[in-house]
Amino acid sequence: MVTIFGKPLILLYGQLTLGLINGAFYALLSLGLAVIFGLLNIINFTHGALFMLGAFTTWALLNYAGIGYWPSLILAPIIIGALGLVIERVLIKRIAGLDHLYGLLLTFGLSLIIEGLMRNRFGSSGVPYEIPSVLQGATNLGFMVLPRYRAWVVVAAVVMCFFTWLLIEKTRLGATLRAATENAPLVQAFGVNVPRLVTLTYGGGVALAAFAGVLAAPMNSVNPNMGSNLIVVVFAVVVIGGMGSILGSILTGFGLGIIEGLTKVYYPEGSATVIFVVMALVLLLRPAGLFGRAT
Amino acid sequence: MFAFTRAQAIAFAVMVALILVAPTVLYPVFLMKVLCFALFACAFNLLIGYVGLLSFGHAAFFGMGSYIAAWTAKNWGLSSELAILAGGGVGAILGVVTGWLAIRRQGIYFAMITLALSQMVYFFCVEASFTGGEDGIQQVPRSPLFGVIPMQSDMSLYWLVAVVFLAGFLLIHRIIHSPFGQVLKAIRENEPRATSLGYRTDTYKLVAFVLSAALAGVAGATKSQVFGIATLTDVHWSMSGEVVLMTLLGGIGTVFGPVLGALVFGSLETYLAQFGDWVTVTQGAIFVACVLAFRRGLIGELAGRLGLTL
Repeated sequence: MVTIFGKPLILLYGQLTLGLINGAFYALLSLGLAVIFGLLNIINFTHGALFMLGAFTTWALLNYAGIGYWPSLILAPIIIGALGLVIERVLIKRIAGLDHLYGLLLTFGLSLIIEGLMRNRFGSSGVPYEIPSVLQGATNLGFMVLPRYRAWVVVAAVVMCFFTWLLIEKTRLGATLRAATENAPLVQAFGVNVPRLVTLTYGGGVALAAFAGVLAAPMNSVNPNMGSNLIVVVFAVVVIGGMGSILGSILTGFGLGIIEGLTKVYYPEGSATVIFVVMALVLLLRPAGLFGRAT
Repeated sequence: MFAFTRAQAIAFAVMVALILVAPTVLYPVFLMKVLCFALFACAFNLLIGYVGLLSFGHAAFFGMGSYIAAWTAKNWGLSSELAILAGGGVGAILGVVTGWLAIRRQGIYFAMITLALSQMVYFFCVEASFTGGEDGIQQVPRSPLFGVIPMQSDMSLYWLVAVVFLAGFLLIHRIIHSPFGQVLKAIRENEPRATSLGYRTDTYKLVAFVLSAALAGVAGATKSQVFGIATLTDVHWSMSGEVVLMTLLGGIGTVFGPVLGALVFGSLETYLAQFGDWVTVTQGAIFVACVLAFRRGLIGELAGRLGLTL
């Protein structure tokens, strides 16, 4: 058996794939958080709950409307994105201009409500969702056996991240968005409807979380706690990467997923905490985050 | 010595009177839980109310204090006051490390860093052997006070808890109204200005953080003495959220707000327990309502209406 540092290569590849998958979720979620933070100046604690709702929407579409995985991949983000628009208009808008800690508290309360309601309805164990038939099974790559669905998750996340990056960095809409992030009153003076841009940005960021939720639905069970467990780690990822750069969020997300995977191979006990340790180190060496600007 | 205003002195007298009378009407264990939460919330309020730092990781200090007190009381047979002090000491040590890392960033990042570090403590507690993992530390003895005064009955323990709470409460009040506390408030209002006046703001923030963490540890340690158990619940981040809720509900930056917040919260948790996850929904709804409608909290609104400082 081929080994690296005393660990079988098969194990290493397996955990690296899992790491990439976790990284894909970190990247998608921290990307949404960064975009929202840039324009609204709030940390969206509801992000995890909306990720979970994305997965449940996928499940509900199948069980109540007979709509399968592939249409859900587009429908669920639209539905949750629309919910995001409502949340922004009805709740978050009211606290604009206040200390941004209130944004954290408001969205935290909202996530408690959503998760509590879902736990009441579905219990803590959740409901199963089947992998779409095309992606079932595994492909033998010669050096490892790769479950097809896992490969798909990584590819889909990378493509989604790429398009988000393209939208923000290379289009006119993205340019307006970046300008508004720098100086909203000035952009408004040029005739851009900034409040609408803010609402749409929140909806867009939330739709990214829902997209991640759809990808996550067939991985384990769809359960009400899937978001809150993830969001704390994503916060650490955001601290490590800093929220200044889109590409930074993506790279940090994937990078940390891989580090976590490697830790699972070489020091399993530390795999749950390794990201927090990295965060502590980054805070010591580069307090503004790897890609961040000093605040 | 404690620089109470007239209104605060009256409110304090009312509070002490209520603490004295309450056990004749209400179940002492419930009251002890409320007092532990109240001390926890007051410690948290020291940071958010007077330094303007939102820590989302205070469960780490509370929970670790609870574990250490339970472990030392059970395995070393420490008397209750020493077990509680040990819990506070560990809270302080953990506070030094967490604070030292977290004060490098401000505002939202500070909240996220404390949350992440407390999650690390949580995972440590899941893995470590001394915490008993999912089972927690059970059947912790209510050890005698000073090694001689028995604490088996609920009422004798109640007086100890009441004394611990009042001591913590007065200590916090003393800190806030000391010259040190004035500098903390200056940092809250305008940190660059405080720096330009020659204060090492990071040192002040760190000391405040450690004090808050130590008192949170004391609160957790006392709770484990009351219930005879220390579990992962106390160290989980939802506990951090709950202490934020108590303080926000009662009134951030008010002296008596966190106490009232803890009372309301404790009652909610106890009397709604049969409705399961509706407790979480209610908590969330209170958060949203507080942030949108009354940011000053119950005591803050009351004091504002009456034109008093409470």
